[in-house]
Amino acid sequence: MKNLAELKVGEKGIIKSFLDEVMSLKLLEMGILPETEVQVRYAAPLGDPICIEIVGAKLSLRLAEASKIVVQGQ
Amino acid sequence: MKIALVGNPNSGKSSLFNQLTGLHQKIGNFAGVTVDKKTGICKISPTQAVEILDLPGAYSLYPRSLDESIVAEVLLNPYSTDKPDAVIVVADASNLKRNLLLFTQVHDLGIPTLLVLNMLDIAQEKGIYIDTDKLAQALDTQVVSVNARTGEGIDSLKRTLHQWVKEKPQNRNEITPIINSYFLAPEVVKNIKQKFQLSQDYIAFLYANQYESLQFITPEAKELIESINQQYRLDTLKSQARETLARYEILEDILQTCIKKEPLSRPKGSLYITEKLDVIFTHKIYGYLSFFAILFLIFQAIFTWATYPMNLIDSFFGFLQTWLKDNLPKGIFTDLLAEGIMAGLGGIFVFIPQIAILFGFIAILEETGYMARVAFIMDKPMRKFGLNGKSIIPLVSGVACAIPAIMATRTIDNWRERLLTIFVVPLMSCSARIPVYVILIALVIPNTYLFGFIHLQALALMGLYVLGFIFALASAFLLKTFIRTNESSYLILELPSYKLPHWANVGYTIKEKVQTFVWEAGKIILAISILLWALASNAPQGAMERAEKEIKEKYKALSKKELDNKIAARKLEVSYIGILGKSIEPIIAPLGYDWKIGIALLTSFAAREVFVATISTIYSIGTESEDLDTIQKRLRAEINPKTQKPFFTPAVGFSLMVFYAFALQCMSTVGVVYRETKGWKWTLVQLFYLTTLAYCTSFVVFQLLK
Repeated sequence: MKNLAELKVGEKGIIKSFLDEVMSLKLLEMGILPETEVQVRYAAPLGDPICIEIVGAKLSLRLAEASKIVVQGQ
Repeated sequence: MKIALVGNPNSGKSSLFNQLTGLHQKIGNFAGVTVDKKTGICKISPTQAVEILDLPGAYSLYPRSLDESIVAEVLLNPYSTDKPDAVIVVADASNLKRNLLLFTQVHDLGIPTLLVLNMLDIAQEKGIYIDTDKLAQALDTQVVSVNARTGEGIDSLKRTLHQWVKEKPQNRNEITPIINSYFLAPEVVKNIKQKFQLSQDYIAFLYANQYESLQFITPEAKELIESINQQYRLDTLKSQARETLARYEILEDILQTCIKKEPLSRPKGSLYITEKLDVIFTHKIYGYLSFFAILFLIFQAIFTWATYPMNLIDSFFGFLQTWLKDNLPKGIFTDLLAEGIMAGLGGIFVFIPQIAILFGFIAILEETGYMARVAFIMDKPMRKFGLNGKSIIPLVSGVACAIPAIMATRTIDNWRERLLTIFVVPLMSCSARIPVYVILIALVIPNTYLFGFIHLQALALMGLYVLGFIFALASAFLLKTFIRTNESSYLILELPSYKLPHWANVGYTIKEKVQTFVWEAGKIILAISILLWALASNAPQGAMERAEKEIKEKYKALSKKELDNKIAARKLEVSYIGILGKSIEPIIAPLGYDWKIGIALLTSFAAREVFVATISTIYSIGTESEDLDTIQKRLRAEINPKTQKPFFTPAVGFSLMVFYAFALQCMSTVGVVYRETKGWKWTLVQLFYLTTLAYCTSFVVFQLLK
């Protein structure tokens, strides 16, 4: 298991769980759901935040936020 | 009949609102909060109209920012005067599952709900096809497809609304909730539903989960809910998560039957363009370059395009003032009207061009989807200073005017980052400082070129802007340690696909922002202008008459006009504001200022550019001509009585420039900060901090250069 912040640009993973309860609520609302495929699309010029794609939608996440999302690499 | 419009951010809700209501829009405030309330009238048949209430974009009924909290507040508060009879939920068809989360929540409140699907064209580009009949059946609602940008489907939506209103939307108790909230927390829901006599289980469930943030729930009721929650050990975070997951599970099942997906080999249409543009706009070098290029364009527009209408407005009010004075009977009311009210109104209207241009650009950048990219690339640099990627827009807007800039901080959901942004925005040099800078720079900086091509005066002007920006960041950095918060900071932000701006929406935004500015800031500017006028045109018993007599005797040889100027100057000196100026002289003397500048500093609190008008009056220059050349000649000729040398030395000039760069001399900003921070605490802390900063830096500058 990795966290989303550890995936490199272009890599995909399946979301497994969240490590931060308060944040997980926000993530769920935005459509970041367990058992969903997620791909790191590109990073901001200074490496943080990153842009992820999930069910066809692009979202920006800070690395600190991404590190609270456990994913299974593919 | 009142219908509320709700939907996710970027779902095209505002476009739909504009399509439905056209120019029949009104902006007000929600009771008790400072979020702008947009309502409009929509004609659904030749004889019938409904009121449409546009609620802020939200992802769910659990609010994350000030704007979002309004949605839950309006829909849940049974006593709210804004409570709608029915709700239209707008959903982005290309991201249906997430968009329908909010729909199912609103539906379960028991309010009659209609679903509008928007952006079906983008869904098709993504290979998504939706069976709307099946979807309507599964969700137990009516579904209308529209294209809110082109207006396609709006007529059919109006017909549906007409039919809907005629049939009287179903009784609220009869709906079948999409999820059973009772099972999520049985005892809690049962108890709260009974105690508050609520119609739906889900409303009781929401009470239990967010009683703390809902403003309409009384403190006693909050205690009651808290004790019920404790009794049955309700973990509000876990139950919220369970609710959301339960909703998604049902939606997943429903969408499986209603959506057909065709796998795409490569992105098409706007998605393809988005891929290409993001490569540039988020690039290490081109990303920042293009951002600065856009900023430059906006500056250029604000400073050059706005000049013409501003001059027109300025001379119009000047003309109006003279005309009133010449044509109305002489007296206190004419003076009040001409010098107090008209001058005040002129001070408000003159900013309209800049505000319109600024918000036009901001609307375009938001409409196209570029704004989210700015927050994305600027987040990391801004975070070092305790700010957020979203802070960059208010900071940039601050160069035009701090008032709309502070209003633009509402999108920042973290309180500390929002407060810090509000705190430092006034350090950005706003357009009202330009006249002050211009006159002072011309006074103390030679009109020459450095190395033959760098204009020294222009360099100084730019330096003042840079100085403001550096101090804004430094102040944020310093202050972030003093503002404690348990709230975590997030940048979970949607990066929507790029679209061409919808010009009607841009127009509506400009109209709305200008209206808000004229009303909200206008009230304060007008009040202060009248107060200043009263202080400047009144004096202790008999002082004015004595002043006039004294000058007339002293300067018998002067022409009528020159004499009038001398009298006006002397009258100002003996007036209440003159007394105030003299009384603060000991405080400002270490900065190199005398009582005359003291008066200008005081009057500048109405608006900074009043500085020019004030010193031109004090240094007895004809009030009609605010010709910079004459003012400068006068100022150059001013002699310091102590040294018998020119008063405006470089030390005094620089000290004044720095003072104007940092001091919060703007009552309207104070008013807006009070409104936005909901209290005097931060307003006064900010006023104190910025005044101290200005005083100390000016002191250092003057003492070093003296």
